[in-house]
Amino acid sequence: MRSLALNDLSHNKYYNWIVRNFFSTWLNTSLTIIALIFLYKIGTFFLDWAIFSADFKLNFQGQVITDRTMCSKNIAPGEYGACWTIIYARFDQFMYGLYPAEETWRVNLSFFLLPFAIIGFLFDKLPLRKYFIFFTFIYPFIAYFLLYGGPNLTIVETNKWGGLLVTLFLGVTGIGLAFPLSIALALGRRSNMPIIKSICVIFIEFIRGVPLITLLFTANVMLPLFLPEGVNPDNLLRALVAVTLFQSAYMAEAIRGGLQAIPRGQIEAAQSLGLTYWQTTRKIVLPQALKIAIPPIVNTCIGLFKDTSLVLIIGLFDLLGIGKAALADMTWTKLYYEVYVFIALVFFIFCFGMSRYSLYLEKKLKTDNS
Amino acid sequence: MKNNFIRKIIFDERSRSLLIQTLTIGIFAFIIYILVQQTAYNLDKRGISSGFDFLNMSAGYDISIRLISFTSEDTHLRAYFVGLLNTLLIAICGCFLATILGFLVGIIRLSSNWLFKNIAYVYVEFTRNVPVLLQIILYYSILLHLPQIKQAIVLLDNFYLTNRGFFMPSPVPKEGFGIVIASLIFAIIASYFLKKYLKKRQETTGRQYPIFLMNSTLIIFIPVFFYYITGMPIEFDNPVLKGFNFKGGMVVRPEFLGMLFGLSIYTAAFISETVRSGIISVSKGQREASKALGLKNNLVMRLVIIPQALRVIIPPLTSQYLNLTKNSSLGIAIGYADLVHGFGGISLNQTGRAIEIMMIVMLTYLSISLIISIFMNIYNKSVQFKGNA
Amino acid sequence: MTKIKSLLIALLLSLGVSTAIAGSHGSTLDVVKERGKLMCGSNTGLAGFGNPNDAGVWEGIDVDVCRAVAAAVFGDASKVEYVPTTSKVRFTVLQSGEIDVLSRNTTWTVSRDSDLGLDFVGVNYYDGQGFMVKSSLGVSSALDLDGASVCIQVGTTTEMNLADYFTFHGMSYESVPVETNSEADAAYLAGRCDVYTTDASGLWASRAGYPNPSEHVVLPEIISKEPLGPAVRHGDSQWADIVGWSLNAMIIGEELGITSANVDDMKGSANPEVKRLLGVDAGYGAMLGLSDDWAYNVLKQVGNYAESFERNVGMGSNIGIARGLNALYKDGGILYAPPFR
Repeated sequence: MRSLALNDLSHNKYYNWIVRNFFSTWLNTSLTIIALIFLYKIGTFFLDWAIFSADFKLNFQGQVITDRTMCSKNIAPGEYGACWTIIYARFDQFMYGLYPAEETWRVNLSFFLLPFAIIGFLFDKLPLRKYFIFFTFIYPFIAYFLLYGGPNLTIVETNKWGGLLVTLFLGVTGIGLAFPLSIALALGRRSNMPIIKSICVIFIEFIRGVPLITLLFTANVMLPLFLPEGVNPDNLLRALVAVTLFQSAYMAEAIRGGLQAIPRGQIEAAQSLGLTYWQTTRKIVLPQALKIAIPPIVNTCIGLFKDTSLVLIIGLFDLLGIGKAALADMTWTKLYYEVYVFIALVFFIFCFGMSRYSLYLEKKLKTDNS
Repeated sequence: MKNNFIRKIIFDERSRSLLIQTLTIGIFAFIIYILVQQTAYNLDKRGISSGFDFLNMSAGYDISIRLISFTSEDTHLRAYFVGLLNTLLIAICGCFLATILGFLVGIIRLSSNWLFKNIAYVYVEFTRNVPVLLQIILYYSILLHLPQIKQAIVLLDNFYLTNRGFFMPSPVPKEGFGIVIASLIFAIIASYFLKKYLKKRQETTGRQYPIFLMNSTLIIFIPVFFYYITGMPIEFDNPVLKGFNFKGGMVVRPEFLGMLFGLSIYTAAFISETVRSGIISVSKGQREASKALGLKNNLVMRLVIIPQALRVIIPPLTSQYLNLTKNSSLGIAIGYADLVHGFGGISLNQTGRAIEIMMIVMLTYLSISLIISIFMNIYNKSVQFKGNA
Repeated sequence: MTKIKSLLIALLLSLGVSTAIAGSHGSTLDVVKERGKLMCGSNTGLAGFGNPNDAGVWEGIDVDVCRAVAAAVFGDASKVEYVPTTSKVRFTVLQSGEIDVLSRNTTWTVSRDSDLGLDFVGVNYYDGQGFMVKSSLGVSSALDLDGASVCIQVGTTTEMNLADYFTFHGMSYESVPVETNSEADAAYLAGRCDVYTTDASGLWASRAGYPNPSEHVVLPEIISKEPLGPAVRHGDSQWADIVGWSLNAMIIGEELGITSANVDDMKGSANPEVKRLLGVDAGYGAMLGLSDDWAYNVLKQVGNYAESFERNVGMGSNIGIARGLNALYKDGGILYAPPFR
């Protein structure tokens, strides 16, 4: 009987899976135990800190928290976890910066419309894709009108923008503007006109050789020295210039990779059919090259999205900058971990989402080709 | 006649490309000319002086984190070198640590243990999807919450961990230490020749020698032997708490540690991915074949898998090193005195020479990037397929 | 061909126009008037000097200088837009023309006045660099600070003063550079450094915001002269006069006993200097390119120097600084405005 039971067990696929993955050898078994202990310690510590022993709106005495001294962990040190009230209290700033409270619906509306503007680009089998793509092209004008203002809407100067709004603005606009520029650069770099080629190579390699922070400094401090008096692009615009140039160089390299993957024979075939350079490029080369290049392009976009946090060093209040400002406020100072963990989570959601999308594309590309 | 000319411009490829290029040069030259004019005019109008003479003026500020001596009376030029060395220091230490960590995590991600594999996966996803600047600031604020100087954590009697840094004894060489150094150099040279000799023997006789073991024994034991013979010519200068701070010994500042952790933990996540895909790229058949030839597990890894995986790993690894070096410019966020913070920040502010200083800083980074690329290219060539292809 | 030609011509023309635009400039006063508001470079947040209050309204004695200039130019002290500047970017922001006046606890030094292309037009606060330590350290003099770790804001004159002071007294220190006030506060409170050094006024302002102000002492040594004042771009002396005399009007107002409450009554005063100042005797405004009641507007809307001081940093405010050097020369201080005639 006994041996039969064991026999049964070894045919069970779950049992097999567990043995193979956790207990195949002595070494494996001990690793599993170490990992379990590690997970238990870290997991319980973090969950306890972040959820079970944490304050949300009330502290453990049931009072509404209005400043950091009322956090449970500051009343009874060592016994309580995070004090998330700072996130609640400053949530509007984290989202909109100093955007006037009665106008924040405009930001919300542009946030809400953003996915519709992007979705047409992301999925090529989307129903009604034509309309979505059309919307992509009018979205920038809608967003500009909504965010900055214009007829019938009060103007909100960009120095009042902040938080996620600035992070998304720099990320999305930077990528959007860099895209056409990067195609030009990538084509230029593969051009057989030596001067155009060398200008593109120098530009791309220069930008890729220096840190983004030096470009931001240059844009912030030196741009006014290059321009005529009276022409003073505001701080956000200067950062946007730097971010766009930076992104276009990296994107151009990704697109160049796609261009290189197009067999020379296709181009020659197109030319022998009498197509001009621009026709060949537009109808034959680019559509295929871009399709191949999208996963690496998305990866550069993830990089750029994270790098927008650097603008805090030149004094813009992006998500991280707003977080630091919240910590500078004596009412809430010292709640570092709460703020940083929250911001990290926001960035993580966006970047992880994008990286999943790029994986999905890579897989699709493989199945399409085979 | 006129018609012909136009036709030529539009339809003849060579003359068209000539025209386009001439136009491009013209427009570029014109734009640059205008920019230079405008900038010169602006500088003049606003009474801002320019030039590189400031490099020889005394800097007037102090830098605490430094590899070469620096006082406030030294010049801005020296401040530049202090910053440059700090940048190189953090870049080298960061690349080193990130590589070790990255290889470790990359291999763990291929382990057969499901839990280990997935812990590594979670680590990779969480660190590479959060901005490195945020991570640097976060690790730095954790380091600032270490005990204060009076409540230092004492490790092994003479090591102290505080929020002002990690204090440890510094070795002070005495007379006779030169002999130990000389013996070390000798041991390294000897081990090189021994390796050559044993390899030759192996090729002729087919016998395998534990070359690595023998050489490491050689390199460790000869200097240790001489160290004791010369009467232990090293003294340790222990840090002692005097007044406000520890005196003597060495210290690693939290600003440096914050940068090191931030940069290497972040970059290691990317390196682990390249390592993983590099190892996967070596086909399973090769592993099985070398096992069938009777190679032991670690030899399969060292002689078959790693050398082939390196071909795939090196190019992306290079760009990760470049990224790490460029990211080391974020020291400004936590007060690590690198090139951008000291020379590009404080000197710029005191002299007002924005254009000159930013130009120097950018050219420096460009040169560093170039040098890393060149070296990694040379290394890359050495690991690629050789010979009769 | 015509198309290409016309395109080329258009291109050249537009480039030419842009260079032509680059060549023309108006005076700062005209630019300000046309814009309808004054662009004022302020601190990113220093209590008592320049700081937005809970309602988002800027307050402080540096802010009052900008308000005075706006009152003088527009007759309306609220026509100011504040551009928060860090110590690092403040000069370039002014040089580039983004702001019209920099009023941001900035020290008047020879190199800034000449080499950086600025003009300082007066002093609105006589300050000096001091040290703050935790009282538990038992330090009573800056000369006991040998070997200490010092938190210091970069991009200021303080790092040079500090280096000079410690070198001169043969003491060593570890400098811990930080970017902003609030980072300095955080590092100091966390114990990363023993000493926080900046202008004494800034130390008092920081201390007032700490959880337990009484646990921190500001040491008696003042190691530098820090005359803080508003600065303008070099090369427009009319504008420099306007900003300078807006500040002087506040100081003269205190000398003559004119306050925002009694300024209307003072218009009937027999004192000829009061008459000239308040525009009862016409002609002095035009010399500056302003209306005759400019100083009246300054005193009416902003108040005299004493009012501004008491409101923002004085013993009555939560900063609690005594007048000291910043009293009038008649009262034992060194505040002394040129005569108004």
